[in-house]
Amino acid sequence: MALQEKYKQLTEAAGTAGIINLQVREQSNVLYIDGEAPTPAVKDKLWDIYNRIDPDFRSGDLVMNINVAAGAGTKAKVTTDSSNLNIRKGPGTDQPIVGKAAHNSIVTLLSKTNGQWWLIKTDEGEEGYAYAEYLTPE
Amino acid sequence: MKITKILFSLLLISSVFIIGCGPKDADIKAAVEEKLKANTDMTGPMTVSVTDGVATISGECKDDACRAKCEDLAKSAKGVKSVVNNCVVAVKTVAPVEVASDDALATGVMDATKDHPGVKASVNDGVVTLTGEIKRDQLSKLMMTLNTLKPKKIDNQLIIK
Repeated sequence: MALQEKYKQLTEAAGTAGIINLQVREQSNVLYIDGEAPTPAVKDKLWDIYNRIDPDFRSGDLVMNINVAAGAGTKAKVTTDSSNLNIRKGPGTDQPIVGKAAHNSIVTLLSKTNGQWWLIKTDEGEEGYAYAEYLTPE
Repeated sequence: MKITKILFSLLLISSVFIIGCGPKDADIKAAVEEKLKANTDMTGPMTVSVTDGVATISGECKDDACRAKCEDLAKSAKGVKSVVNNCVVAVKTVAPVEVASDDALATGVMDATKDHPGVKASVNDGVVTLTGEIKRDQLSKLMMTLNTLKPKKIDNQLIIK
């Protein structure tokens, strides 16, 4: 219960921010927070709180699995640092690159394979798997 | 004589009326039930019984706050002298945390660290250990992704530049 107390501000914020399917569980001295954020801003806000409670995420006592809710057809912006985003044949960096989505361009989400890999389509019609970290749902 | 009879019967009627003036238990029961409808945190049906103004409530509540609220609501019903709170708090069945296999984690970690060349990562029994170095503005992004891989724990030993 000590961990729930430590991260109370975080779990309360998750509750009030409307996290979908929010689950807070403590197991073997690690607190697990799971759910889906309604917007990317909500996810970022929770991570800011996490970073404030545990600077630089050093304690290793929290796993916060929060994805941004986005269904098929959602538009997402390519938020790479500056480069174009690889579109691959399958979900994995070992998969061949079949196209590129331009930095800051908008793509359409077709489906989510998992939290890391999304099947997308560019406006130019290129289709394949891209790394979700670099896609921000609009 | 006649007047005395009339007066006596009047007295009798009024005494019956006065004695029976407080709300009946059945009415109190209905009032309590009505009040409890305001508590939407009940997880099961609520039963109420009233004897001589003492209301006994039982049912299943989501948490302690819900249980206390039930009692307060019952007390606020007209005619209730006291409340016996037999409500129970529902025991939550929590599914255990699902941890990904080391193979799945290793693949996910490899993908996640691909664009962070200074970061080294190892996976052992669900625990992801990070060593090497990273720029501070990149740390959150990497951690966000690693946290979605369903690890048991992330041991962050990165040197932050």
